[in-house]
Amino acid sequence: MAMNRITKIKRSIFSRSSLRAIIAIIVFLVLWECGSRSKEWLGHSLPWIGLVPPPSAVVLVWMDLLGDSGYWESWYLSTMRVMSGFVAAMIIGIPLGLMMAVSRTFNSITFPTFEILRPIPPLAWVPVAIIFWPTEELSIAFVTFLGAFFTVVINVLGGAKAIDMRFYQSAQAMGSSQWDIFRRVVLPATIPSIVVGSSVGMGITWNVVVAAEMISGGGGGTSGTGGGLGFFIWNSYVGGSYEQIVVGMISIGIAGYASSELLRGIGGFFTPWLKTR
Amino acid sequence: MAIASGGAAAPVTSKLQVSAGEIIVDNVSKSYGTGIFEKKVVKGCSFTIERNKLTVMIGPSGCGKSTLIKLLAGFEKPTTGNILLNGKPVTGPGRDRLVVFQESALFPWMTTYDNIMYGPIARGEADQKARDLAEFLLDKVGLRDFRSKYPTQLSGGMQRRAELARAMINNPEVMILDEPFRGLDAMSKELMWEYYSALFEESHRTNFFVTTDIDEALFLADRLIIMSNIPTRVRATIEVNIPRPRKLADFFTSERANEVKMTALSLLHEEAMKSFSGGSKAAADFVDSYARRSEQKA
Repeated sequence: MAMNRITKIKRSIFSRSSLRAIIAIIVFLVLWECGSRSKEWLGHSLPWIGLVPPPSAVVLVWMDLLGDSGYWESWYLSTMRVMSGFVAAMIIGIPLGLMMAVSRTFNSITFPTFEILRPIPPLAWVPVAIIFWPTEELSIAFVTFLGAFFTVVINVLGGAKAIDMRFYQSAQAMGSSQWDIFRRVVLPATIPSIVVGSSVGMGITWNVVVAAEMISGGGGGTSGTGGGLGFFIWNSYVGGSYEQIVVGMISIGIAGYASSELLRGIGGFFTPWLKTR
Repeated sequence: MAIASGGAAAPVTSKLQVSAGEIIVDNVSKSYGTGIFEKKVVKGCSFTIERNKLTVMIGPSGCGKSTLIKLLAGFEKPTTGNILLNGKPVTGPGRDRLVVFQESALFPWMTTYDNIMYGPIARGEADQKARDLAEFLLDKVGLRDFRSKYPTQLSGGMQRRAELARAMINNPEVMILDEPFRGLDAMSKELMWEYYSALFEESHRTNFFVTTDIDEALFLADRLIIMSNIPTRVRATIEVNIPRPRKLADFFTSERANEVKMTALSLLHEEAMKSFSGGSKAAADFVDSYARRSEQKA
């Protein structure tokens, strides 16, 4: 049994598709390295790529940063901001979307306001957020919240409205009460849309948090490298360390990828019937 | 086990035995829209779905049968006329009339067993008796090994069988089936006929089955109601009078079956011709030759 699992893991690591992925990344890094070093090798730098620091230099700077508590503080702060904004968006957005789908009265009251607020980009809220909220931390979390909130609500609402009429009709005919239909039909039927909405929302929160940190100046950071990954990038830019900018960018890429994977895992747990396709 | 005919008080000793209902459709009309946009879909329709019998309604496709089903189920209200269940007017959907839909309406997020148990749980009746009945039905529809599979893991035929079981566990007084085997391949379809008629022969509850397939109608029906094209009204009613249990192997070679088939086909032929009036001659010829070929075979 244990043997079996090990061979399975081995197989998945050394499979053809992961081999392709590894080769693709290596080729990408080599091209990048060559492009960045074009000035030394060709005498004049290639446009655009010639100004980007080479990956070897980025890795060296990164190694240094791994021992820097400020860098990790940035990771922690950005993650916390994303999580608090995202979780708040889920907690408020899912029930709101469901209520808008279920009650026509509630929908007619809330939907127009919602639709006016929805197209406003989260970043346009930054000044208002800074004025309204007592601390900078809360302002950033609020803007992050807005990034996920509208996406979550619109997905839940759309998902719940698109439920096949026959599901209601058969549930009703089998003697289901309104509450029972909500609990055992509307809710599970909406979960796939909730999962989609939350993964899209998660992507937006990472976009938003970085920009908000750049604008607001990092909030509770204790050093030049602390204050959130967005602030980290901005500070590196101001300080002229191009390698650090790239480190910050790749860090955000990794963070976004990890959160998407996490959400996929959680979503899969709540939608076992979709795995069987 | 075998019951010769579905008399009103057939003594059936089966787990599936329930009090069966009777539906009277009395001069029912249904139209959508008003004024010049008004479209009469059902017009002055009257018939009876008799107690303990399998009534099959057949008519050209798009003749408003599905509208009629929505009215019977109580999802929609007739514009004029009355629908009476056991003498009382139908006012809305209820567990006394269960509909099995054209395409599977199984809940995709529930396993076969959970789907079957939906009704009993919804009504707070999920006791040992209900669970036993669920097991019994799983056996009956041949899905014991697929009890913890989700609908997407089942084949089309299995889904229809699961849906039959999900409807039957609620012991409806009338089962309404809206072309439940549509879209299945020929083999699964015939298998479904046998499953379904065996289930019916065991329970003899009131069944109302709508189809466009003449062989399906013939094999299943105690009574055959032939509908006219839009606006829908009853064209003829035929008492099939072929004893049960029926077996597919020799059913269609019997003289009575062919006699009924010919009568039904010629009526349907007339109805189909109507929709071609002033239209395509080629299509009319096709219908004509189909009827003639059937006559020769008979």
